[in-house]
Amino acid sequence: MPSLIDLRRRIRSVKNTQQITKAMKMVAAAKLRRAQERVIAARPFANSYTKLLANIVAAAAGDERVSSHPLLAVRPENRIRLILITADRGYAGAFNANLIRGAQSFLEERKAARLELEAVGRKGRDFFKRRHVPLSGEHIGIVDKAPFAEADKIAKSAMARFASQELDAVYLLYNEFRSVISQKLTIKRILPVPVPDAQLTSDYIYEQPPDQLLSNLLPHYVSIMVYAAMLESAAAEQAARMVAMDAATSNAAKMIDSLTLHLNRVRQASITKEIIEVVSGAAALE
Amino acid sequence: MALETFELEIATPERLLVQERVSEAEIPCASGQIGVLAGHAPLLSELGIGELTYLVEGKKHSIAIAGGVVEVQPEYVRVLAMTAERPEDIDTSRAQAALKRAMERLETIKENIDYARALNAAKRAQARLRVAASLRF
Repeated sequence: MPSLIDLRRRIRSVKNTQQITKAMKMVAAAKLRRAQERVIAARPFANSYTKLLANIVAAAAGDERVSSHPLLAVRPENRIRLILITADRGYAGAFNANLIRGAQSFLEERKAARLELEAVGRKGRDFFKRRHVPLSGEHIGIVDKAPFAEADKIAKSAMARFASQELDAVYLLYNEFRSVISQKLTIKRILPVPVPDAQLTSDYIYEQPPDQLLSNLLPHYVSIMVYAAMLESAAAEQAARMVAMDAATSNAAKMIDSLTLHLNRVRQASITKEIIEVVSGAAALE
Repeated sequence: MALETFELEIATPERLLVQERVSEAEIPCASGQIGVLAGHAPLLSELGIGELTYLVEGKKHSIAIAGGVVEVQPEYVRVLAMTAERPEDIDTSRAQAALKRAMERLETIKENIDYARALNAAKRAQARLRVAASLRF
């Protein structure tokens, strides 16, 4: 049976842990709000851009120069780059574990191809570096701030390799922010560019011929997809951490309750034992 | 006479910068500056690098933009710029340094890609300085 001192010490330690998890939950909640604001702020641009691009695609449909655009070239997927967006830190429940498992099965399924990994976020980088998966690049410490320029850089390096035919396909793997309690593992092909559904909604005057406009706008579209994924992932990460830390805090509370109950029983037992000793000692003297 | 107005939206990948009723806008497109009034015919164009100006109740506003696309409709104009900066957000000394650097590079290099890049950098810096200067008047 553990002594009273041991139990008290244990309770104090669990309480300390609870304070930490509670603080982490609060920080995650604040960061989540900011991340969500960024997701919302980025939406008008992405939506309008996608719509315009669809329009231009429709206007340029059938133009041979469009279908032969280097970023649209569909080749057998022999060399693939996977851009994996994980978190920099842990303590976010299964957030990183799900991503890493998803990436592993992605790589396993395409074993025949030459694969390389572009790691965004420390967790994914560390895991795959230890397992000697070839890394084409690593980006640490950017998911929290997620500036567009970084997404642009990542997209540009992939586009350059794709256009020079050193890569046949580029995929994004990230957690999509569904709601505070749910993230969805998402795999998205970004190269060759999946052109948005073509619908002619409005008849425009084109300052530049549609095919030229399209080839100038496609690279930006790729950057926008990467940027959107980074924002989604940042929001999903904070949400996952908030939920995980909330669960940890309430588990700690449960543990404290049961330890306190135990402590009181032990204390009661020892008091009872002492009384019995006193009483029986007194009885022996009579 | 009240001027007819239209909605002007200027967005970057990171955020919506401007959403206002304006009476007139002048937009730097890849093929040259275009002026837009309310009721303009639908138009699509690639954006160039330069200074975008617009009038809100007779007052002129100015924004430095670079790259992207603009959609003009009779009742609204949507500017999707890869970068856009308000005059108060521009660091003049940095823009000046960038301009000087770009000019030096233009003197020394003649190769195509680097030349175009330096030229764009110079244009961006010039647009920034022009926009920043608009604050003072």
